Amino acid sequence: MKQVIMGNHALSFGAMISRVQVIAAYPITPQTQVVELLSELCADKRLDAEFIKVESEHSAMAACCGASAVGARTFTATSAQGLALMHEMIHWAVGGRLPVVLGNINRAMGPPWTIWTDQNDSLSQRDTGCLQFYAQSNQEVLDTVVQAFKVSEQILLPSMVILDAFALSHTSEVVDVPDQKLVDEYLPPFNPRYILDPKEPHTFGGLTGPDGYYELRYKIEEAIQDSKRLINETGKEFGELFGREYGLVEKYKLDDAEIVLIASSTIASTARVAIDELQEEGKKVGLLRVRVFRPFPSEEIRELLVNRKKVAVIDRNISFGHGGIFAQEIKSALYNCKDKPPIWGYITGIGGRDVTVEHIKEIVNDTIKSEKPEQDILWKGVKL
Amino acid sequence: MERGKTMKLSIPEEELVLQGHLACQGCGATLCMRYALKALGQNTILDIPACCWSVIDGPFPHTSVKVPLFHTAFETAACAASGIRAGLDALGRKETNVVAWAGDGGTFDIGIQALSGAAERNDNIIYICYDNEAYMNTGIQRSSATPYGAWTTTTPVKHFKKMPKKDLVRIMAAHRIPYTATACVGYPEDFIKKVKKAKEIQGTTFLHIMSPCPPGWKSLPEETIKLAKLAVTTCYFPIYEIENGEKYTINKVIKNPKPVKEFLERQGRFRHLTEELIEKIQKNVIDSYNGLLKKAGLDLEVHVKE
Amino acid sequence: MSKGKIVYNRAKDIPLNAMSVDTMLFNKTGAWRNVRPVIDYENCICCMICWKFCPDISIYIEDDKPVIDYDYCKGCGICVEECPKKCISIEEEGR
Repeated sequence: MKQVIMGNHALSFGAMISRVQVIAAYPITPQTQVVELLSELCADKRLDAEFIKVESEHSAMAACCGASAVGARTFTATSAQGLALMHEMIHWAVGGRLPVVLGNINRAMGPPWTIWTDQNDSLSQRDTGCLQFYAQSNQEVLDTVVQAFKVSEQILLPSMVILDAFALSHTSEVVDVPDQKLVDEYLPPFNPRYILDPKEPHTFGGLTGPDGYYELRYKIEEAIQDSKRLINETGKEFGELFGREYGLVEKYKLDDAEIVLIASSTIASTARVAIDELQEEGKKVGLLRVRVFRPFPSEEIRELLVNRKKVAVIDRNISFGHGGIFAQEIKSALYNCKDKPPIWGYITGIGGRDVTVEHIKEIVNDTIKSEKPEQDILWKGVKL
Repeated sequence: MERGKTMKLSIPEEELVLQGHLACQGCGATLCMRYALKALGQNTILDIPACCWSVIDGPFPHTSVKVPLFHTAFETAACAASGIRAGLDALGRKETNVVAWAGDGGTFDIGIQALSGAAERNDNIIYICYDNEAYMNTGIQRSSATPYGAWTTTTPVKHFKKMPKKDLVRIMAAHRIPYTATACVGYPEDFIKKVKKAKEIQGTTFLHIMSPCPPGWKSLPEETIKLAKLAVTTCYFPIYEIENGEKYTINKVIKNPKPVKEFLERQGRFRHLTEELIEKIQKNVIDSYNGLLKKAGLDLEVHVKE
Repeated sequence: MSKGKIVYNRAKDIPLNAMSVDTMLFNKTGAWRNVRPVIDYENCICCMICWKFCPDISIYIEDDKPVIDYDYCKGCGICVEECPKKCISIEEEGR
């Protein structure tokens, strides 16, 4: 059924149609509507789930870990400071192999207090082992929650579904909320082999020395590498059932492009308009959207970028001391390739500064004009 | 197992803690677990944050308990238990006991926020704190459960702890949870009775267990039970319960308290105390015990006979 | 029953997360002991106080009598201290 809903409610409905069984969450702007709607859905019995109104995000993720360990499908949502507070427990979900799905509204980190979007909160969770999906529309938010459960529960690792503060979280769009029967067909019940069960008692997470820890970490990497295949497969299967196909990356008018623009989240949807206009001007430029940041789609990046003339990466984030994070990752994916293109790493839109079609066109035009990237970090729109 | 007519055991015979565990000699925390599981039975899930028991249970892939155990992060005993409870309820496994099992550091200090949250929500969990009055697992650092006057590695002799022990039982009672109780490894029958009572109660129940630690208290391993009993008979650690945050019952009324010195002098962590300081501690112990008697509505005032 | 200490030699044999698959029974903690408690059954009244207070579950009940399991007894001495009939003595381990 088509509905006009905000991105936050797309997360809630995504959780509802995934038939989550336990929700533990704590309010934070700009995430609040996610939990408000979910608590209403639970109270109305439209969603048969236990809702724990915890006293912090750290406890939210800890409760999710506990619930997941007994075999319940578990969901939470947060943003920025809340995600940072969860950090320890995201590691716990990963090491405990607990497929919790977490919605994160991208919000810049304080201080100073701010509530507008950038990606530093989620990218700070880069090395935990939690999968990261960056959505560009409310429809994708909802669809990705369902897919994230399907992928996570097969590889037993948590997933994060990420959307921009306000640009998606509080913006209403038309969203098709799929038929529950169809979703049930797509997403089977969560039924892990090993759970906390007095009939078959096991201790989980006991002290592990250097003789075993290393292999446990190896297996996490093995699983997350395997998720690349699964994300593409489940995204394709989703397309067959619901008419909307997803993958690790999305190509837009990329085939004959000499210059590739790379973006994520809502900047990527704005960039589509810029690409249309630039192509009309006769410029050979296309768009590559990175939808999944962890696992990083290195193979796709290599396949799509080798032999191109130039690559421009837009980062709405910064790793202080080393620049835009997507740009770094793309550079490292290409490093061992022959015929790799030079990469222009642009930073823009930090702290929710608007990124318009004009800004994106300027980024592409600057890339076309310059011979090579003058600096590792190319600031766009900062008031110098 | 059938027993001969002459044999009567005062506590259940079934053992859910196994031999081979890694506890130190004379460990009170291990006795705590042994008694608690005797009361709880097999249909129990334990959730344990960082504490001595994260080590005692044994390294992966081995265990010393016959019930499922979830190791969780230091500050998350209560909230992970809330999650386990919610998961079980969602799956219709309502009969299983969920027990958060933490030391004093994980309860009084780093875990108090999550504990308070769970208690305020009145989540249906049993929270058991085995209190050995310092961070013993990391090598005897002071916690807010460390008593006035004690040596620890972070309150060295010259700067022994000057703050009194946090009164966590009152904090928990202030949440008006259905059941808060203290117990002591020296009195397993009372402890087991309380765990069984907690098991029958819907809502958050909190048990605070006095649990001697020979390496941390610098006491003799063979004196663990003696010290545990002295903690009670000197009124240093009263045995009582509070229902719904209001109704106080002292389960073991000590009419003639032994001098607290008898408890203190058997522990190296108090060796530096002067007579003057011991007197100060003695006064505090008796004053607070008399306060407790009053709360329990007992018309009684005790003092130590010289 | 314990199959002994488990050591994994290949990643593929290890469970996905650090999950127990066996007990600690392989760990014969009797080796920690430097003194040995010995029950004098002549005077033992089988009150089971020693059994009750053993932190190492190393006193078991057989034919209504307490029996010390020297494979696991760590020699803490609580049983000696708590025995109301003082019929458990301490002997030096000969090792």
